[in-house]
Amino acid sequence: MRVPPNVTTKVFNEALRSFEAAVGKSWVFTSEEDTALYKDAYSPFFGEPEERWVSAAVAPATVDEVRQVMRIANQHRIPIYPISTGRNLGYGGSAPVYSGSVVLDLKRMNRILEVNETNATCLVEPGVSYFDLYRYIREHKLKVWIDCPDPGWGSLIGNALDRGNGYTMAPYRDHFGSHCGMEVVLADGDLVRTGMGALPGAKTWQQFKYGFGPYLDGLFSQSNLGVVTKMGFWLMPQPDAFRSGTVCVYKYADLFKLVDILAYLEAAKIMTAMTRVESPLLYGAFKAPPPAPELIELRAKPGGPTVAELEAYAQQTDTPYWSVILRFYGSAKLTAAQWEYAQEKFSAIPGAKFRDGDFYEFPLSDAAAEAIMDKAPLGIPSLEAFSMGGRSPVNPSPSQGHIWFSPIIPMSAEAIHECDRVFRAAFKEWGVNPLGLPLPQLYHERTFFQIYGFPITRDPEINRKNRETFQRMIKLAADHGWGEYRTAPAFMDSIMDVYSFNDHALRRTCERVKDALDPNGILSAGRYGIWPKHLRKNTQ
Amino acid sequence: MNKWSYCVIGSLLVATAHADSAALAGKRVFDQWCWSCHGPGPDKPGTLGLDAKYQGTVPALLEQRRDLNPATVKYFVRNGVFMMAPFRKTEITDAELDALAAYLSHQKR
Repeated sequence: MRVPPNVTTKVFNEALRSFEAAVGKSWVFTSEEDTALYKDAYSPFFGEPEERWVSAAVAPATVDEVRQVMRIANQHRIPIYPISTGRNLGYGGSAPVYSGSVVLDLKRMNRILEVNETNATCLVEPGVSYFDLYRYIREHKLKVWIDCPDPGWGSLIGNALDRGNGYTMAPYRDHFGSHCGMEVVLADGDLVRTGMGALPGAKTWQQFKYGFGPYLDGLFSQSNLGVVTKMGFWLMPQPDAFRSGTVCVYKYADLFKLVDILAYLEAAKIMTAMTRVESPLLYGAFKAPPPAPELIELRAKPGGPTVAELEAYAQQTDTPYWSVILRFYGSAKLTAAQWEYAQEKFSAIPGAKFRDGDFYEFPLSDAAAEAIMDKAPLGIPSLEAFSMGGRSPVNPSPSQGHIWFSPIIPMSAEAIHECDRVFRAAFKEWGVNPLGLPLPQLYHERTFFQIYGFPITRDPEINRKNRETFQRMIKLAADHGWGEYRTAPAFMDSIMDVYSFNDHALRRTCERVKDALDPNGILSAGRYGIWPKHLRKNTQ
Repeated sequence: MNKWSYCVIGSLLVATAHADSAALAGKRVFDQWCWSCHGPGPDKPGTLGLDAKYQGTVPALLEQRRDLNPATVKYFVRNGVFMMAPFRKTEITDAELDALAAYLSHQKR
């Protein structure tokens, strides 16, 4: 058995006995075999001394048990790290930021407490996954949709608290933004409900976000100030129909109008779904077949092809320089009108072409839902994303996981070009070649995410180089005004460091709140760069 | 038929029923935890990976394999492999893992 840092074996044993009394002996894990299951499977420090380790895990089944565990941990000064489903792979998984912490595993708290079809809301516990809620909704034939991130086994609560995102219409795909009401256990075991939940017997906990007084919810996302044990969400009412279509443009300069029109349609709520700007010419479209040999040859031309050469190829072969898939939710008539209107707008780009895409009417049978290849825009959870980097006919050497560098950039063609230019030049200078989806993703409204991926390997030298590149990208991005939205524990301090306005006032403020709510500093030390007083370093 | 025959038949029926219910429990675990990666279809990364690995020499679908034994199943569930992360005991308990291992090994009969 390993003991957390700064805790004696005697005190730890006392705490473990109290944990066992609180949750039952079989739900306290201390053996090497069991605690190893809590290591981050996608750790960029795999096999190195910095790889995070776990001293024990405690798995309560109720809010009362969580409160007892927190009181015990607070009394004995035991570092605690809550996880929900523990499947936040690429962002730390089930491992703590501070090595030696006891993981508070909330997977057993897996009750779907309410799904209100009329108001399109739900209330769930942290162990409920997207798969769980999806299955429940289908089983009960409810006319609501979930919005899921790439991996369907994630927790609604965990993903929302980490400010994850999905693929259906705004605002539902902003998972934190679409939550409504929380129940939170504080470090000392106190219990708080936010929003209308603070009013005993409130009838609108999952309907009205703000309640009365300061809005506290944000404090519990990407932080370490409480253990969220219940959370409400707004669900999307099942539409009658879904329709998609692709806009294709053929000149380099068309990107400017393409993005401007897309931004207008999004802000005006005419096209509200997640999408990405693609370049079939430069990179190939998402899930597209491999490019023609002539295009491979053109892309590989020494010194790179000229814009004129690329445009000529685009025209000759009907290969778009840029393209965007638009997705619409509503009725057959409504989505047809939205698509028609979008085409009118994009027709301002000379030579623009339009391709009709998928059309579905709902409800779908189980078989029809399963047959759909692009499930996420329809709120159908899957694990397809793990094909990326996994073994396949085109990838005989699978990786051991991945991490993502995802700075937020403005929603403009200028920003896309600048980001591409800056990172392309840097990669050349550094001699690196990250995995790429080097094209902007419209996960959140009014901004683009640029996503660069790094594989996790079993070779410490490759992992070290990738970490080094990641660290350099954080600084380079920040120098240009682009910041990360979310990250793995290995990079939390570095990213918090670049959010440095007014001598790191954001971090200093978070630390003051941390000291007030968790004076013993037991809860999720280091998460998102916020450390308790006794572990605080000057990391500027 | 004497009373011993009845007893033997009765025992066999009980054993079969027990095996069936164990298989059902294992199938439930498979459907809950494994199917999304190892079910049929081109969007199942586990199936895609095993298909690419074995090139048809063994079935890509775990439920169609005849060569799995409980120890192998348990090893991969608790250790993971490549992109597949291990499963904790709060996700798949030891008892559920026994049922899953029996179910996937049961296929060979």
